[in-house]
Amino acid sequence: MTSSNDLPPPETIERLFGAMCEIRTFELVASERYRSGDLPGFIHLSLGQEACAAGACLALQEGDYITSTHRGHGHCLAKGADPRRMMAELFAKAQGYGKGRSGSMHIADVAVGVLGANGIVGQSMGLGIGAALSLQVRRKPNIVVAFFGEGASGAGIAHEAMNMAAIWKLPIIFFCEVNRYAELSPYATHVSLARLSDRASAYGFPGETIDGEDVIAVYAAVIEAARRARAGEGPSLIEAKTFRWHGHYEGDPQVYKTDDEKKNGERFDPIARMKERASSLPGVTTERFIEIEARAEAGIRAAADWAAGLQSPSAATMTEDVYAEGDDAAA
Amino acid sequence: MPQLKYYQALTRAIKEEMTRDESVILLGEDVGASGGIFAQTRGLYKAFGSERVRDTPIAENGFMAAAVGAAMTGLRPIVEIGFEDFLTACMDPLVNQAAKLRYMLGGQVSIPLVVYAFGGGGVNAGPQHSQSLAAWFAHVPGLKVVMPATPADVLGLMKSSIRDNNPVLCLLNKKLIGSSGEVPADEYLIPLGKADIRRSGKDVTVVAFGQMVQSALKAAEQLNGDGIEIEVIDARSVSPLDMPTIRQSVEKTGYLAVVHEAHGPFGMGAEIIASVAETSLAYLKASPRRITPPFAPSPFTPVLEQMYLPSPERIATTIREMLENRA
Repeated sequence: MTSSNDLPPPETIERLFGAMCEIRTFELVASERYRSGDLPGFIHLSLGQEACAAGACLALQEGDYITSTHRGHGHCLAKGADPRRMMAELFAKAQGYGKGRSGSMHIADVAVGVLGANGIVGQSMGLGIGAALSLQVRRKPNIVVAFFGEGASGAGIAHEAMNMAAIWKLPIIFFCEVNRYAELSPYATHVSLARLSDRASAYGFPGETIDGEDVIAVYAAVIEAARRARAGEGPSLIEAKTFRWHGHYEGDPQVYKTDDEKKNGERFDPIARMKERASSLPGVTTERFIEIEARAEAGIRAAADWAAGLQSPSAATMTEDVYAEGDDAAA
Repeated sequence: MPQLKYYQALTRAIKEEMTRDESVILLGEDVGASGGIFAQTRGLYKAFGSERVRDTPIAENGFMAAAVGAAMTGLRPIVEIGFEDFLTACMDPLVNQAAKLRYMLGGQVSIPLVVYAFGGGGVNAGPQHSQSLAAWFAHVPGLKVVMPATPADVLGLMKSSIRDNNPVLCLLNKKLIGSSGEVPADEYLIPLGKADIRRSGKDVTVVAFGQMVQSALKAAEQLNGDGIEIEVIDARSVSPLDMPTIRQSVEKTGYLAVVHEAHGPFGMGAEIIASVAETSLAYLKASPRRITPPFAPSPFTPVLEQMYLPSPERIATTIREMLENRA
């Protein structure tokens, strides 16, 4: 438990709480709209994992990058992507970040540092070290957070990326959201260690396991890892223990979950936990939290309503952006 | 004009572009202090330092993905994959990431990435070090693919590839590494997507790729004795492919053969012949032919590999067959 001396200022706590509420509503609305047939394709939701995205992204600065996963709505929102354009992408509308051609798994807003959700498990780490390499070569004071899950931790790219990041002392945080399941199988199918963060010692950089349902703990861990990365001390691995409320994809019958998890999964609720703590946090009130929650919900629902009414992309859009025109502008 | 070896033209292209633009970096196995397995990066580490000329671990998937991430965020990486066969170890970053990110992100990014690799056979390197995989990548929207066959083309195509704002695979030929040729002394750029008519002829159009250009030119000499004049087109670029030049030639000669050291099925020859059939079938006076290795991996065995690769003799024989029933 974080001591009150280590607590971020009240306005930061409110922002963390607000970010979680936006993600929660975004995912609930996406789930509703998917079930009602408004969203094509398939979507992967991060309900229950809001503290990871909010805590990690709010610890970052302007100019920092994130790389995300197929379960990336929360990361994108928390890093500053516009929920209206995100929803437009989910609804396959021309105003979406991918012009409505890419869907839930490929949302990016490069201007705010979101290099993209990604449909290939593990490549958030490969692309992430590339962005970190670019920051290092260009002598920028910024860092990268590469999100991934315990499933991706078993992919070869995880080892390759961590090894290179360590050799080159890249400014990157490998942020593993351990949500108990990878696709349709539990943690033990994918990982032999009780603590995935133990792997960091094999690369010679710090690894830490934290409570991924405690947004303040997540925030504090990322602030520290980011300080290290900015100081040129290289990468860190953060393992955040959390829980995925819904299935791998919406509609997943989740036959692999225990009865207890199926019935009582929502007891792992980082938002409810923060509300319970509100009275013990200096400068924060329950009333204020309720206000923030209501505002977040209204904003996201309005974004979805706006997106639902937009036009589909034109036929011409289908072949746009396959190639970039022209050459570089170097003198 | 000065003479340069094929691999030296590569070094010169990289050096000129790294000097011109400090966002260009080079990544790969042993590209640094050691100067490369074929001496192809010699001098670059000294000129530009370890930050921009970066030795990588043996992790093609990882460093190719890193190059894509760097290309999204302000650098123009060049990646060396020593043997073209090893491109199969980094298909995901090339095919799912580099080729598609611009499209998936709605045009928010471009991916100015160049990958060069040494492919092809003829040096007894065996099944995992001899392949020619251009067609695999030419099949993917978002990628460009070039195959320079001379030192001058290495220089001009590499420099254009580095300046291009898209991912480009520059597939070099390891049999040609030590070959020499004239290279312009001044700045030299060749646009991607332009074929080169290496020898004019009125009788048969022969489209060739990589080291097969030399074999086709030798076949042309042999056929010349029989009064047969073939037109040898060095495709140079696989994607985009210069179909206008090929089509124009076929419409002149009425005969088409394609020669490459990649396998025949679903390959460049199949694509070229299909494209010609779609627009210019009426011009063809005989069935077009593909001249390729058999559908088997490349044997290490010197005597077998010699039979495996299309030889000038085989090209000449095929062309004589095509012309057998000529009126």
